[in-house]
Amino acid sequence: MSIEISNLSFSYGSLNALQDINLSLQEGRFNALLGPNGAGKSTLFALLTRLYALQQGEITITGHSIARHPAQVMRKLGVVFQQSTLDLDLSVAQNLYYHAALHGMSKRQALPRITEELARFDLSARLHDKVRSLNGGHRRRVEIARALLHKPAILLLDEPSVGLDPATRESLNLHIRELCQEQQLTVLWATHLMEEVQPDDPVTILFRGKVLASNTAGQLCQEHQCADISTLFRSLTGVTE
Amino acid sequence: MTLRDALICFNGLLQRELLRFVQQRSRFFSALVRPLLWLVVFASGFRAALGIAIIEPYETYITYEVYIVPGLCAMIILFNGMQSSLSMVYDREMGSMRVLLVSPMPRPFLLLSKLLATSLISLLQVYGFLLIAWFWGVEAPLWGYLTALPAFLMVAMMLSSIGLFISARIKQLENFAGVMNFVIFPMFFLSSALYPLWKMREASEWLYWVCAWNPFSHGVELIRFALYQQGNSEALMIVSGVTLIAAVLAVRGFQPQQGMGKR
Repeated sequence: MSIEISNLSFSYGSLNALQDINLSLQEGRFNALLGPNGAGKSTLFALLTRLYALQQGEITITGHSIARHPAQVMRKLGVVFQQSTLDLDLSVAQNLYYHAALHGMSKRQALPRITEELARFDLSARLHDKVRSLNGGHRRRVEIARALLHKPAILLLDEPSVGLDPATRESLNLHIRELCQEQQLTVLWATHLMEEVQPDDPVTILFRGKVLASNTAGQLCQEHQCADISTLFRSLTGVTE
Repeated sequence: MTLRDALICFNGLLQRELLRFVQQRSRFFSALVRPLLWLVVFASGFRAALGIAIIEPYETYITYEVYIVPGLCAMIILFNGMQSSLSMVYDREMGSMRVLLVSPMPRPFLLLSKLLATSLISLLQVYGFLLIAWFWGVEAPLWGYLTALPAFLMVAMMLSSIGLFISARIKQLENFAGVMNFVIFPMFFLSSALYPLWKMREASEWLYWVCAWNPFSHGVELIRFALYQQGNSEALMIVSGVTLIAAVLAVRGFQPQQGMGKR
């Protein structure tokens, strides 16, 4: 009962961005959505976050239909967008209070959550700093902390590691995996970087708007007799990363 | 959504707009330059050319500066409203608007709260302008500054709703320059902001009718009367009606995936 996507199609005019997508996320796991740029990942995220309305198919999140019960769905979702959505001229605290208010949390309710989430990312000392003074990795962490403030059951991250250096990318990835384990958080991590996927991860490979394969990375490699996920990806799509 | 959630949410939106306003003080001052130029330069030159008879709500002959102040207040609101609505439309697939749109609160509530919050910020600029105008010698009755407040707010809601509606619907208005040329300037010049409508009628009957139909004219008149502690029921009805219709159309038209597809 995390995210169930059935028969989902979406087009921009005559361009089919997604065709007949069926997908269900494994609860409490790090689910990877792999696809090159233009595969339809961002469109799928736009549909999951209600930025676009469904054209065809159905999405249910924790058992609620996204079209019929949007409020219940949005309460369960934490989202980290591909592009930064922080106000650079406001402080970390001000950005987080704003998000909390949009979820109906008063400052008094929000403060303990903010303290807790920032401590997890070693950012407690930066609470009153302007976001502009933070480096790229720290900004991403603030965005993840923000997405977790209202205690969502599912965390969606659209290419969260884009623009970060390899070390920061890896530590961010590990952080999210820890969250999955500690809090049984269901994660959907969209990426085009194969090294971010581990053999146990449930993986969905999206290519030109279609799901090419869906299983744990290890099993997919076994089924297709590939040494690793990068080779598998190349053999399925013909695309080098 | 409970009332408590709604209040917290609106408060959060308003605080964010206030913080951004404080951060961008230079924008505040540059936004004051425009109406002050009109007041200090244009009006001073123009007062000799234009005699204004005694018209409601004024009780005596007035100088041209006194006449255009309500119109200039409306102009500040018009620029702010159009600017914030346009950025709401263009940012809807990124940045702060996406954060807003993933809130579990109902979308119409979020959009209208955002419009109201930016409208309230606009009023700070209007009162800043009125203070300078006061030092320049354009004084309204003291209580008038208070009675004008609801009028400012209504006009701000009307203009930002219109702004949101047209920027979501008309794809060609791609940037602020387009909105200036095709929305702000026609709305401002074809109104009672700079000249009383009877003057316009002397010049051209059809221009007069265009101005009389322009909701901005009624916004200006609502402000003018309220600033002199008087009501103008015709303006009030038109402004309320247009606000209501524009707000409904704006909220309906805003849905990101509609109208334009992916931009």
